[in-house]
Amino acid sequence: MNWKIPAGLLAVALAYPFIFRSNFAINFGVLVLFFALIGQAWNIAGGFGGQLSFGHAVFFGTGAYCSTVLQLKLGWNPWPGLVASAGAGALVGALIAALSFRFGLKGSYFALITLAFAEAFRILANAVEFTGGGLGLLIPLKRSAVNFQFAERIGFYYTILALTVLSIGIAIWLKCSRFGARLAAIRENEDAARALGIDSYREKVKVMALSGALCALGGTFYAQYYLYIDPTLAFGVDKSVEMLLVSMIGGTGTVYGPLIGSLLLALVGEGTRAVTDAQGLSLIIYGGLLILIIGFLPNGLVDLFKLRWRRKARA
Amino acid sequence: MLEVHGLSKIFGGLRAVDGASLAVAQGSIAGLIGPNGAGKTTLFAALTGFLVPDAGSVRFRGEDITARPPHHICQHGMVRTFQVTQPFAHLSVRENIMVGAYLHTPDRALASARAEAIARQVGMAELLERTASGLTVAGRKRLELARALATQPKLLLLDEVMAGLNPSEIDELIPVIRGIRSSGVTVFLIEHVMQAVMSLAENVFVLSYGKIIAQGAPRQLAADPVVIEAYLGRGAAQRLAGGAHA
Repeated sequence: MNWKIPAGLLAVALAYPFIFRSNFAINFGVLVLFFALIGQAWNIAGGFGGQLSFGHAVFFGTGAYCSTVLQLKLGWNPWPGLVASAGAGALVGALIAALSFRFGLKGSYFALITLAFAEAFRILANAVEFTGGGLGLLIPLKRSAVNFQFAERIGFYYTILALTVLSIGIAIWLKCSRFGARLAAIRENEDAARALGIDSYREKVKVMALSGALCALGGTFYAQYYLYIDPTLAFGVDKSVEMLLVSMIGGTGTVYGPLIGSLLLALVGEGTRAVTDAQGLSLIIYGGLLILIIGFLPNGLVDLFKLRWRRKARA
Repeated sequence: MLEVHGLSKIFGGLRAVDGASLAVAQGSIAGLIGPNGAGKTTLFAALTGFLVPDAGSVRFRGEDITARPPHHICQHGMVRTFQVTQPFAHLSVRENIMVGAYLHTPDRALASARAEAIARQVGMAELLERTASGLTVAGRKRLELARALATQPKLLLLDEVMAGLNPSEIDELIPVIRGIRSSGVTVFLIEHVMQAVMSLAENVFVLSYGKIIAQGAPRQLAADPVVIEAYLGRGAAQRLAGGAHA
């Protein structure tokens, strides 16, 4: 394991708010890290585990609603709420996985069932009362770090940095652990994996729980950052697509893919906004980029760096 | 070591395996032969939990393992290879073998060391860092073998590891399989390459239309009219015998 890359990245990320002090720059950093986190959550199930989900918003929304409802209805502090969210995300992940994999759903069928779950959760959140229905939930403003509502954006920045570092740490662990090796085996060839003594059902449930927990952490962060959630923000297809987009653009099944993808998407988003006010232009550019990347770098942007290293190694 | 009683597997109207009984003794190399479509691979799949048998029982190391899931059976010491090789295509040879080695240790360094030792044993030490998808047919067959060995099995089921290899590759692989047996692993192999069956197996079962029609030493079976007819059709044994006289 090469520790220079993660150490260097971490140093840059830690120093970033001291170099770029404006609210805009810190907000930009928060968004990059936020999408890197939920992208990594998707990547752990979709990239490392090969279980392509099209409805990861179900975990994101579960996390967002779990901590918010606990806070508003039961008076919980959002920090323990964050932990509870992770638990709820893991539980929902394990449940969906147990149901889907028990009946042998794979590939596009699994993608469809996760999409259906996310939609079902969205409709439920719209229908029942404790989620505030379609109006959503507004978290009252009480600025203090104890309350997970930092007076300075920098507090949010370091919080999301910690969560993202956690997710990347898990990805690194997957690259060099038995669990990760088993996931890779299942992704590559499930029958062969089973023949070699791997309980593929159990491993797949485990990875979905892990991915769900991480994604739910992102949900709670989102709720605390914007202080508002509604069913479409939390469980909408947009979130699911964004998660898999950053992961695919960066490189699925890689440690840094989601971070690279998230950085590129944020740059494109802010770049187009700076140039023109045209609504939706950034989406068109995303689409174009995605086509280019799938066409020329099917393993994601990470390949660019790999090519570089190989060239260097040869020279 | 392995005792199979009256094992049947039915696909719709087809009795792919029809009341097959056989026994493999510890420390031996046993063979399973039969014409194409006789049900050999189906029998292996039913032994290892990939197919649930419709009737019959499988006892392995004194325990009834009928219809247990594949990973249980592998953990219990019986592992199969696949006739159509199933490599983890995007992983290196080392990573492929490590997946097997991880069955008994969570430790990465230990699994990696085992993978190296096993690669040496099957003669692919210099290929360790190659990506599995780039291997030749012979390489892939060896990889199947290596991965299975890495789980430290008591009984190794080999499904046509020689198929698709040229004669010199077969000559290289035969001592490897002998070496596996002398390291204490019982071997049960499906094979079409008679050169391999003849020189390896002590006891051979002949499967035809899902039934075990004969068993015994390979030389003795080669002369058995029942076996010859299973391969060449009714009356073939007589015609052959007649031809020899003429």
